[in-house]
Amino acid sequence: MKPLRVWAVARNEFIHVIRDPRSLGMGIAIPMLLLLLFGYALTLDVDNVPLVVWDQSESPASRQLVSGFLGSRYFLLRAYVHNYPEMERAVDSGRALMALVIPNDFSGRIESGRLAPVQIIVDGSDSNTATIAMGYADVVALAYSQEVAMETTRRIGGRMIHTPLDLRPRVWFNADMESKNYIIPGLIAVIMMVIAALLTSLTVAREWESGTMEQLISTPLKGSEMILGKLLPYLAIGMLDVLLAVAMGQFLFQVPLRGNVALLFAMAAIFLAGALSLGMVISIVTKSQLLASQLAMVLTFLPSFLLSGFMYAIGNMPHAIQLVTYLIPARYFVALLKGIYLKGIGLEILALEAGLLTVFGGAMVLFTNLKFKKKLV
Amino acid sequence: MNASSNENAVVVKNLEKRFGSFTAVNRVSFEVQKGEIFGFLGPNGAGKSTTIRMLCGILSPTGGTGTVAGFDVRTEPEKIKANIGYMSQKFSLYEDLTVEENINFYSGIYRIPPEKKKERKEWVIEMAGLQDRRHSRTGILSGGWKQRLAFGCAILHEPPIIFLDEPTAGVDPVSRRQFWDLIYELSGKGVTTFVTTHYMDEAEYCNRIGLIYRGELIAIGSPDTLKTEFMQEEVLEVICERPQDAMGEIEKLRGIQEVALFGKGLHVIAQDAGRATSDIRNLLGTTASVEKIAPSLEDVFVSLIESRDRADQPQQEVRK
Repeated sequence: MKPLRVWAVARNEFIHVIRDPRSLGMGIAIPMLLLLLFGYALTLDVDNVPLVVWDQSESPASRQLVSGFLGSRYFLLRAYVHNYPEMERAVDSGRALMALVIPNDFSGRIESGRLAPVQIIVDGSDSNTATIAMGYADVVALAYSQEVAMETTRRIGGRMIHTPLDLRPRVWFNADMESKNYIIPGLIAVIMMVIAALLTSLTVAREWESGTMEQLISTPLKGSEMILGKLLPYLAIGMLDVLLAVAMGQFLFQVPLRGNVALLFAMAAIFLAGALSLGMVISIVTKSQLLASQLAMVLTFLPSFLLSGFMYAIGNMPHAIQLVTYLIPARYFVALLKGIYLKGIGLEILALEAGLLTVFGGAMVLFTNLKFKKKLV
Repeated sequence: MNASSNENAVVVKNLEKRFGSFTAVNRVSFEVQKGEIFGFLGPNGAGKSTTIRMLCGILSPTGGTGTVAGFDVRTEPEKIKANIGYMSQKFSLYEDLTVEENINFYSGIYRIPPEKKKERKEWVIEMAGLQDRRHSRTGILSGGWKQRLAFGCAILHEPPIIFLDEPTAGVDPVSRRQFWDLIYELSGKGVTTFVTTHYMDEAEYCNRIGLIYRGELIAIGSPDTLKTEFMQEEVLEVICERPQDAMGEIEKLRGIQEVALFGKGLHVIAQDAGRATSDIRNLLGTTASVEKIAPSLEDVFVSLIESRDRADQPQQEVRK
């Protein structure tokens, strides 16, 4: 391995990238755009459920129930409606996700201590959101019932009573249970996997297509020198991406970074070396830029998205699929990032993930060296 | 390198390359002496590029042996690569890099020592006439400039043997002439040049030529040797009126192998020049001039190829 030759290749590759707006855009702009897009759009939280209310009772009791809904941050009043067609239209058009119908005998029933039925209509076309919204409605209704019950008891018994059980939940690591806090760290892993493989998938194939590779393999340049030289500039770009992504997480999405930042970047470098090598192997094998970039996309995006534990918990997958996830390098990086970000834990707990990630990185670099031959056929 | 004991830069014995059932190079044997300009002449697809790629160590032969600069093409390709300069048929520099950046890149790849780097760079730029374009992107240069720059990068490290695969394809005649002057200059310094071409005039510049056709070496020797020894038939130049009509008539005569339009007249290849001359005079009358001439390299080449085709034909029919 001669440093001069590695440096010559690295400098050459670097010039290609900075002269070509497309690869520069793909290297830096696209990952940031994806992070912004997914970071904002891909929220699993259900907030501000749009609500229409048909209050037939129009009494203090019914207004108290409505204010129970509007007082929570989960519901947003769209309109008061006054008949069924109006309500139907609101739900049909998607203006409201939920409709609350309070019958006109509501107040009377509450005051006389009888059961007061209240109708909730939910748009179930997105069952996940509907379930969560109904859960919120349950909580509001329960709180109202409790209040009414306590008021009644107080009036009868003349003193305050307490519910026997006092559950005091405390959520660790993501106290507000905001989905962005676990989505952003995982997203960094998925995006970097795709971008890294895409970046290098073009490098070797481009040289075969333009004919420069035939010249290059007739020189004393060693395969390992070429591969290292080509990896270095993209590793620098990848690390810059990670830096930008971490900064965005910090300042734009306010995701708490509790663990060791140096460990995060060290793991990112190992992960990137593996992902970049994967792209280069694809480039070496296909010798075609179009085929290589498509293959790199297919091989990285969906597996990383679905099987890395980024979106769907690996523990909930069928056993066979769980075994497959061990082959997805993003799995280890997602686990590491979530651990470092949210739990603030280090290698004492993440040693297995870090070890397997290093095995992946090393194996990919080695495999790339084995696959590249200084021959035409 | 056992250079002193061996006067040959390239030695090839029964070299063969098959791609599946297709034989691109069929048991070719030849030698190239040190300092020689050796031309490989043949039509497209004859196996010129395949041979040159095997000699450069970037394509593995499927049979036979060969050494370049004393190193085995099969087992020591990387040692060969340190001793050669190769210029492939396709322009092979980075078009998005400037002239200087391309030279710097190859300086790094060949590990030219820093004290020589500047001198070699200036030599290439001057040789290619690119003094005013050293910061231009290579992609915008014209054909002749690109070719000389690619040549310069291939010989930046002053290799003792250079392989040029159709170096003058798509280059204007003046640039071609300059290019050959350069090769002569290097040859004078003892550099061995192995060049492929399908230009007959370029083949004449070589010390020795190998004629390759359908993967086989069908003749080898200096241009003069080929013209005098490899042509059994004789060539007559016929100048007459309406040569196209005369062609058909002459072809029907006995002992005529080939008639081809050549400039204003015809080249007639005959087994016996004396008899053919009188036959043609009888046919065309006294207005026509018939003269025996020395064959051109093209005549030799065409004649050799046709006799090879005639020899191959019965076999092919049997195969069918």
